[in-house]
Amino acid sequence: MTVTDHTQATADAAHSHGVIPDKSRADRVVSFDVDAFPVPTGREENWRFSAVRDLRSLFADEAADGHLEWTTSDLPEGVTLTQVPADEARERTVREPGDRASAVAVKHAGGAMALTIAANTVVDEPITIDLHGTGGDVRGHLLVELGQSAEATVVVNRTGTARYSELVSIDLKDNAGLNLVLLQQWDEDAVHAGEVLARLGRDSRLRGTVVTLGGKVVRLNTSAAFAGEGASVDLFGLYFADSGQHQEHQLFVDHAVPKCTSRVTYKGALAGKTARSVWIGDVLIRAAAEGTDTYELNRNLVLTDGARADSVPNLEIETGEIEGAGHASATGRFDEEQMFYLRSRGISEEQARKLVVRGFFADLIHEIGVPAVEESLMRQIDLEIAHVEEELEHE
Amino acid sequence: MSTLEIRNLHVTVETPEGTKEILKGVDLTINSGETHAIMGPNGSGKSTLAYSVAGHPKYEITEGSVTLDGEDVLEMSVDERAKAGLFLAMQYPVEVPGVSVSNFLRTAKTAIDGEAPKLRTWVKDVKGAMENLRMDPSFGERGVNEGFSGGEKKRHEILQMELLQPKIAVLDETDSGLDVDALRIVSEGVNRAKENTGLGIMLITHYTRILRYIKPDHVHVFVNGRVAEQGGPELAERLEAEGYDRYLANA
Repeated sequence: MTVTDHTQATADAAHSHGVIPDKSRADRVVSFDVDAFPVPTGREENWRFSAVRDLRSLFADEAADGHLEWTTSDLPEGVTLTQVPADEARERTVREPGDRASAVAVKHAGGAMALTIAANTVVDEPITIDLHGTGGDVRGHLLVELGQSAEATVVVNRTGTARYSELVSIDLKDNAGLNLVLLQQWDEDAVHAGEVLARLGRDSRLRGTVVTLGGKVVRLNTSAAFAGEGASVDLFGLYFADSGQHQEHQLFVDHAVPKCTSRVTYKGALAGKTARSVWIGDVLIRAAAEGTDTYELNRNLVLTDGARADSVPNLEIETGEIEGAGHASATGRFDEEQMFYLRSRGISEEQARKLVVRGFFADLIHEIGVPAVEESLMRQIDLEIAHVEEELEHE
Repeated sequence: MSTLEIRNLHVTVETPEGTKEILKGVDLTINSGETHAIMGPNGSGKSTLAYSVAGHPKYEITEGSVTLDGEDVLEMSVDERAKAGLFLAMQYPVEVPGVSVSNFLRTAKTAIDGEAPKLRTWVKDVKGAMENLRMDPSFGERGVNEGFSGGEKKRHEILQMELLQPKIAVLDETDSGLDVDALRIVSEGVNRAKENTGLGIMLITHYTRILRYIKPDHVHVFVNGRVAEQGGPELAERLEAEGYDRYLANA
């Protein structure tokens, strides 16, 4: 069953179906070899909505001079953070890179940092990793590995500025559970291209939340591949693009084995004439993946004139023996009727806008499951809304 | 004692076929403690009158005046009108997903009063008002109008009216789509507000049934964008017997 909900789609939004010139999403090139990927021009399928010009320095096959400052919370017993040499890092990465920026990142990162949580270790407090950029080009390679039946919450918070590319590899052994939160709170001139690759063992559970508020250009590609039956993945995303910001999130969920569940829920708000967001959600249900249950949703709230949100869900189904498969994509203008309703109760225009936007994101924020992050995000969103008010005053 | 005074009100809307005049010179005065029933056939401009008074941007006032205690309502923004003491109970209340009813009510009360209500009395007031309207306490945690049934939406409108305590309330077809039980509950709420605060009411309705529960002091028959006839409660009885045909034949 394919459910498509096109309510509120507007002229500002592109919502196209099945634009996959590749024979299948599974046929895309993956390689550690940088030369396997020509330098993107912006005409390629996976770069056609991207801010290729701003990302150019991330395609250069050369050493990078900068670094990010790492600050890590105290690591409890069973959790280690170690430097891994390049050869071994490639070996322990769950899949080869899927584009040039990612391959360049691995090649020039000088090895990887590996966060490893031993089998049967249950970490109650979130493990936080703060990555602070102080400028320059930076390449990164991060491994997050959970042993069998391990459970943890990991929050990676990026601040400051850099021209940063990375590959994040997530390896969940059987019955492991990871709640991973990636916060992009960069300064306004940062450029960031990241590939997040997850492999899910039998009965494992991944909740991945991506929050993109800062940076000039952020492009995050998340791929989750099921390697064992009974696993589930929930991918949440929240983004808020202002003038001058280009925020792109691509997702690929690969149902290769039976009886796995995936949910993708991304919501974004856009404000300002040149605010830009891109969401591409690919789901592949292979012939072997009987009993699959998948649903992906993207909603965009366009707050001012001129902002543009592209939303492209793709669903490829190779077996009919599934529980359910669907997607919904909608891009809506700020709802004047909601505003009128709230204001007719005495609530000022500014306050009403704040309520509507907070309400739009509320359910997503509550999914993060890390109270300190949730509270901080609500404050950040209030600041974003205050910024919208300034934009509107200048109109 | 408050007075809403509508004088020679002309209102247009933009339609695909061009500008259309909906209100063609409406005169109406509503004082505190008075209930005015505005009755008329569909398309006669009743809802336009309600939304124009509340300040919906879709409607353009081309002539006439609306004042509340002498203050020019038409000069006020939508939220200023609410703060001045006007309230519109909508026929089709809008969903605001993710905003809880309790947060919405508190935000509105704070905006209207200019200060946050005292927490303890406020919680008690909300609880009491919800009980009176037979609303489950879990209602407060739901998103505003999100997934509400027709009856729940109307009770939620009246709940707001009781808590925000306006001077003049416009009820736009609050009765339509309600079964008798819900109609009785909603009507009790309106009567309670009138008794407690001396509310002045503009009760817009298509049907006479609600007038068994809310007694009007004045009845105005609205046809083709203006008041065609007015009188006391007896006029409503006559409408119940004869319908609107008499007016439509002349229109």
